[in-house]
Amino acid sequence: MAVAADLRVTIARAKRRDVMFVALGVAALLFAACTFVALFVDMISSGWTRLNPDFFTEFGSRRAERAGILAAWVGSFAVMIVTALFAVPLGVAAGIYLEEYGSRNRLTALIEININNLAGVPSIVYGLLALGLFVHTFGLGASVLTAGLTLSLLILPVVIVATREAIRSIPGAVREAAYALGATRWQMIQHHVLPYSMPGILTGVIIGLSRAIGETAPIITIGAVSFIAFLPPAPLTSDPPFLSFDWLASPFTAMPIQIFNWTSRPEEAFQANASAAALVLVGMTLLMNAIAIWLRYRLRRNLNW
Amino acid sequence: MADAQAPPVIAGRLAHRRSRHLRERFIEALLLAAALVAVATTLGIVFILLKESLSFFSQVSIVDFFTDSQWTPLFSDAHFGIWVLLSGTLTSSAIALSLAIPLGTVLAIYLSEFASPRVREVAKPTLELLAGIPTIVFGYFALFFVTPMLKTFIPGLPGFNLLSAGLVMGVMIVPYISSISEDAMRAVPMSLREGAFAMGATRLQTALTVVVPAAFSGLAAAYILGISRAVGETMIVAVAAGNQPNLTFNPMDQAATITAYIVQVAKGDLPHGSVGYQTIFAAGLTLFVLTLCFNLLGYWLRRRYREVY
Repeated sequence: MAVAADLRVTIARAKRRDVMFVALGVAALLFAACTFVALFVDMISSGWTRLNPDFFTEFGSRRAERAGILAAWVGSFAVMIVTALFAVPLGVAAGIYLEEYGSRNRLTALIEININNLAGVPSIVYGLLALGLFVHTFGLGASVLTAGLTLSLLILPVVIVATREAIRSIPGAVREAAYALGATRWQMIQHHVLPYSMPGILTGVIIGLSRAIGETAPIITIGAVSFIAFLPPAPLTSDPPFLSFDWLASPFTAMPIQIFNWTSRPEEAFQANASAAALVLVGMTLLMNAIAIWLRYRLRRNLNW
Repeated sequence: MADAQAPPVIAGRLAHRRSRHLRERFIEALLLAAALVAVATTLGIVFILLKESLSFFSQVSIVDFFTDSQWTPLFSDAHFGIWVLLSGTLTSSAIALSLAIPLGTVLAIYLSEFASPRVREVAKPTLELLAGIPTIVFGYFALFFVTPMLKTFIPGLPGFNLLSAGLVMGVMIVPYISSISEDAMRAVPMSLREGAFAMGATRLQTALTVVVPAAFSGLAAAYILGISRAVGETMIVAVAAGNQPNLTFNPMDQAATITAYIVQVAKGDLPHGSVGYQTIFAAGLTLFVLTLCFNLLGYWLRRRYREVY
């Protein structure tokens, strides 16, 4: 009888610990959720009043209540275009090579180790690379092009990994069917592998870009200015040849730099501006992330090979 | 030769086939070139960091770099003691990890072993969203929300301090740690858990005595990647920890980290080629080597646990 009672006590204690751990886990989840909520409530409560249309159409100003984020969001947008133009073709091509062409030799092993390592290099080190290489060796200056190139190198591992995962999920039978009809390897990739892996690649690209748009350290390091009262020249002109690439060489500012600039000012009024700009930036990244997560979720459900 | 003797139809086909073959080889070379960009990037980073650091170390002795207790590169009485910046980096990282590792591990165990699929389906994407918030926004949060909040508990806390920056950095790292740890724990075969349950173990006993040990190298890899992220994190410390180089391990102090110093110098206008300009590359090299060691260790650990199952 005594043994059975002891056993019951032991079991009860073990079960109690289970319940306690569940409580701990829920508490940890709640802590993360509360931080999330606190961040939003804080940003909204101090930045909400600044979020009017003028805020988006005004340049920076020495007077907080007249300052806006026009130069910043246009700059971020221009940099993102350059980033995508470089990162997407390079990343997708590298992913295709590693999955479809690369045999297991030393070269592919070297490339893979490099990609893994690059994914863990702090972003500010990319900034130093760009400062030494693009700004001073190539003489590109602190321009939209430099920033776009830097950020595209930064998100390259994300795009490569997403491409590889998307390609890997395509069954081998698809490839064999294409070969059986006489397709070459590239024809098979062009007509089958790429279209089928496109949603997965797109998810990776969006996640990469959402990381790039929030990156501050590398573009500060290349020397982007925080106060700019003009926009990069328009890519379309009225004179022939109607296209201009001057915007690539233009100095710029970006959303994260504008926020950084406003947070480092002592005046309280600029804090509201920082909150409002942070709200806009978080809104942009969350929207991009949400689209990517939704895409991936849809994909998983509809995929029936 | 074969083409010349063949009838015109076959010759045409052979020419077509040859051009097809050439095109295939050309495309493959193009794709390989794209893949090699990753190698070129690493080489570029190492080359630039070494080049500028070498000219820095030709003017500053490497012994002073590691032993001097002051960091005043822009003063007339210049001192270059990297420990001053490293102390800030190590202190803020230690604070971040002492929050992120327990919290991330508990979350991972809970999500992998206890939570219902519905909870997991909501919690995982939410954590991923948390990881997607730009770090400059976390920096803003540390300076304008966490620091004032901490001040109500700790009177006399300076406006810039390592504690607030480290805590927010910890929150930022939690999703990384929990997500990698959870993946490692879910990779543990169900049969191990079933064995434990059959022996009468509760869920917690199974999790702590069977699943966690089996996934240990995965957990370790997650922690190490968390460390490497904390060491390289820039904007939170640049905004909230102050930019005063300060040899301190006290969380209540303000101090500059390696990353915050680079940002501070890059914001100013230092002439290209001056010693002040080169310091950021020497600091960057220190940071790169530090994170490289952690990354390689993490990579090795992850590969090990992948091979087991």
